[in-house]
Amino acid sequence: MKRPLPWLPLIGFLVLLAVVAAGLFRPADRVVHSQLVGKPLPDFTLQPLIPGRPGLSRATLTGQGPRLLNVFASWCIPCIAEAPQLLRLKAAGVPIDAIAIRDTAVDVRRFLERNGDPYQRIGDDRDSAVQLSLGSSGVPETFLIDGQGRVVRQYVGDIRPDDVDGLIADWKALK
Amino acid sequence: MRRLAAALLALSLTAQTQVPAALADTQLADPTREAEARALMETLRCVVCQGQSIADSDATMAGDMRALVRDRIRRGERPAAIRAWLIGRYGDYISYDPPLSPVTWPLWLAPIALLAIGAWLARGSFRRRR
Repeated sequence: MKRPLPWLPLIGFLVLLAVVAAGLFRPADRVVHSQLVGKPLPDFTLQPLIPGRPGLSRATLTGQGPRLLNVFASWCIPCIAEAPQLLRLKAAGVPIDAIAIRDTAVDVRRFLERNGDPYQRIGDDRDSAVQLSLGSSGVPETFLIDGQGRVVRQYVGDIRPDDVDGLIADWKALK
Repeated sequence: MRRLAAALLALSLTAQTQVPAALADTQLADPTREAEARALMETLRCVVCQGQSIADSDATMAGDMRALVRDRIRRGERPAAIRAWLIGRYGDYISYDPPLSPVTWPLWLAPIALLAIGAWLARGSFRRRR
């Protein structure tokens, strides 16, 4: 029997090379996905943030037909980039509720005056408690909720112009 | 990836301008409870700055997560239950204490396998020298 040992380092090296090359061509997914997708919303109640606009809770998100739940903040720069897409969704008839993270009434009102106001309800999540209970890891994030209050999809990051048609299709599929 | 980079940049630019939750940087009055909370915080990952624990991170979101941990510990919840609650939201990824599962068994077995190979190699070379 020949000694296989001299080839062992070379084989080891080739295996390592394959692992590293695979990582180069297919980088790991660093997006934190919520585990609530496919599950019912947790129980929560958020007070209104700006006068005249109701807050929201699991009850207001249940039995009202499919809708979007947008996690946003007036201090969040990608939220400004996302605003025109939310207005397009609103124009297409998609109801949108919002959770404002670590925000104040003055700042949110100014944000909505400047960037447009697509929201039916805005809840005040001052210490991100509800955001954490949704498995959301930043702003902006958007959840698609069905008529039974179940989380159907999570969209991480700002909604881009070419995402809007797909989002409307996802929403219509639940109606 | 670009979205994430943009979001991270935006967060890093603005993270310091907001007020974190009350218990984010305030210790609990009861030192045993605080120690319990501290031990848990050191093994939970900050979801914004993914390489740090929430005990180490300055991100406002990590502060809010510390507040959540302290608040629940103060109300008498067990650390294991809090970890399970967070794993139910964010997956195993949130915990720095990975469970033995099909994805993680190489992590647990690799050191043992490497030690065994090392012992075998050492045995071979000592025998030759004799």
